[in-house]
Amino acid sequence: MRTNDVMLKTATKVVTFIILMFAVHIFFAGHYTPGGGFVGGLLTASAIVLLMLAYDIETVKKIIPVNYVMLTAIGLLIALSTAAASIFFNVPFFTHAYDYFDLPLFGKTSLHSAALFDLGVYLVVVGVTMTIIQTIGEDE
Amino acid sequence: MEIIMSFVIGFLFMAAVYLMLSKSLIRIIIGTGLLSHGAHLLILTMGGLGGTAPPVVADGVSVSDYADPLPQALILTAIVISFAVTSFFLVLAYRAYQELGTDNMNLMRGTEDND
Amino acid sequence: MINLLLFPILIPLLFAAILLFFPKNISLQRIISAAAAVATLISVLFLLLKVKADGVQAVTLGSWDAPFGITMVSDMLSVLLVLSATIITLFVIFYSMPTIGIDREKSFYYPAVLFLLVGVNGAFTTGDIFNLFVFFEVLLMASYMLIVHGGEKPQLRESIKYLLVNVISSALFVAAVAFLYSVTGTLNMADLAVKIPQIEETGILTVIAVMFLVVFGFKAAIFPLYFWLPGAYHAPPIPVLALFGALLTKVGVYAIIRTYTLFFTMNIAFTHELLGIIAILTILAGCIGALAYFDVKKIIIYNIIIAVGVILFGIAQMNEAGIEGALFYLVHDMLIKAALFFLVGIVAVIFGTSNLREMGGLMKTYPVLGWVYLIAAFGLAGIPPLSGFPGKLLIVQGGFEGPQFWGSIVVLATSLLVLLSAIRIFIYAFWGEPVKTVPLKKRSYYQMFVPAVILVGITVILGVGAELFMPLINGAGEVLLNPSIYIDAVLKE
Repeated sequence: MRTNDVMLKTATKVVTFIILMFAVHIFFAGHYTPGGGFVGGLLTASAIVLLMLAYDIETVKKIIPVNYVMLTAIGLLIALSTAAASIFFNVPFFTHAYDYFDLPLFGKTSLHSAALFDLGVYLVVVGVTMTIIQTIGEDE
Repeated sequence: MEIIMSFVIGFLFMAAVYLMLSKSLIRIIIGTGLLSHGAHLLILTMGGLGGTAPPVVADGVSVSDYADPLPQALILTAIVISFAVTSFFLVLAYRAYQELGTDNMNLMRGTEDND
Repeated sequence: MINLLLFPILIPLLFAAILLFFPKNISLQRIISAAAAVATLISVLFLLLKVKADGVQAVTLGSWDAPFGITMVSDMLSVLLVLSATIITLFVIFYSMPTIGIDREKSFYYPAVLFLLVGVNGAFTTGDIFNLFVFFEVLLMASYMLIVHGGEKPQLRESIKYLLVNVISSALFVAAVAFLYSVTGTLNMADLAVKIPQIEETGILTVIAVMFLVVFGFKAAIFPLYFWLPGAYHAPPIPVLALFGALLTKVGVYAIIRTYTLFFTMNIAFTHELLGIIAILTILAGCIGALAYFDVKKIIIYNIIIAVGVILFGIAQMNEAGIEGALFYLVHDMLIKAALFFLVGIVAVIFGTSNLREMGGLMKTYPVLGWVYLIAAFGLAGIPPLSGFPGKLLIVQGGFEGPQFWGSIVVLATSLLVLLSAIRIFIYAFWGEPVKTVPLKKRSYYQMFVPAVILVGITVILGVGAELFMPLINGAGEVLLNPSIYIDAVLKE
């Protein structure tokens, strides 16, 4: 019963990538300014939802063959292990390490273990959001 | 400004209570959403609305200019939680609608005796 | 190991995340979840020794010093409750294996149980009032998942109401936190205990204290706010019911105990008298329910409400006997409720129904089950030397020493009603003419029966060996009665 929505599909092909790039930008912007894993994850999820709206769930599953529950679990493990690494140094849980490095191409860059934690958050948010949407959307 | 915010919060709570007292499940869910928005705004207002600079140490900004970061952190956490709960509630409502064939709370009363 | 007190929270979280990877492999799910509970138990035992030796443990997350960072605090009360919660979860996992059903096991049942343990242990351990909210939400999310797990019609119907009640109470929690923050400017519990006595307007603080009582009262199921509990707890299967009945309301009770002894002490004449009156009303309302129903699950569910009232009555006295009695009774009640739900679950499985009127004559076919149930019922009512007795004795003593001596009389009188309600199950199900039973395999019967017997055994030891446990309870009560111990441990100045 779907109408063949050419405009939506064509626009989606472009817009999805813009949203995804913006999600990555927001994710790294969260380092010192507003943004971060949660917002980035939501944006990524919204890009995938847009794909689902324009095409359908089966097609999107073929494009992105990811088990979102697994993604959540991986995210949880990354976030937890980043935070738990402090246990091995016998400093309070969640204590992060950071330093400045001179990287080729980037110049002086600050690397922070909180970014890894944020990566975990990002994966959890994408995983949970997509799991919920798939649960509602699948059984029609 | 706090006065205006108080009215906004009161209005949100009022609308939330009205919606949650209705029979349709989807209205109830929207009501819970409004309720949590009201509570989040309440934190922001109660933390004090003074301060315009972001709470990051920078040149030329004195301590009195900073916005209080704690309410913002609390709100962010509360928003994430209410996002998760609301989405779970929506899934649950959808499943319940499929299984029970109704979204009317009046028809969902009853105990285990009259299934 | 300054992070030792976090292990009971982190271990189940880690294992729950691992379990998400292979939901369909049931044997692995069972083994790993049991291993997770055992590992958690071991870490709690280490923590217990540490707290007993070195006093209150505290760690501030991310090295942000208190009162700015989130503090996790483990005093004797926290450790004892974490220990009971972990023991119960371990036995619930064992009890679930034969009863919960393959379909549920395949759809993330064990991870949900472990996430619940994360939330419960976290709520018992945290030293920050907003972090308490976060852990409440963690355990609530897990409980939403468990209560609807399986998707039967009554479950879906009741879980909507359960969810709605909890969403509203969460919003109230956030609002109460906002008011508290605007008045005191801090959310760290130890810091609150320092700041609140310095504030002169006790009126507004009393209002906030009552607001928190409402918020925690929703979770703890105190008198006017328990309406959601019987329906919601009746819907899920027995292992989940045992987990909820033993742990969830107790988290609310713990939150009331913590806030009302540590910092909401500026107007005891009003707040604690109110708490005492509500506690008595809770006991009475629970008794009416426990006697009115002919459904084994409902009877025990209403006994949860009675126990909440008894514990809070002890706390409301704010004297040594009352508080120590309440703490002893709290630990006892968590264990005995889980044991009773296990036993009642076996009875319900044997008869294929939970309606008492359709039962009878089990004494001839399952005599051991009958005697174990009788011991558990006596323990629930507080018959010496079983575990309900020392706690109730101290609570009653505390009541007579305090202003609300009439409350003690009610507690004593309702003990008889509790006994009556529990013995009714014994009379109807075990005595009388045998009725048709559902054939039950010996193996799965023992799989259900052994965890129940061990739990009953633990409560018997707790009662008979009360002298051995009293030093621990004294240690917990001492921190509650002298908040300065707690404050010094957290603020470390």
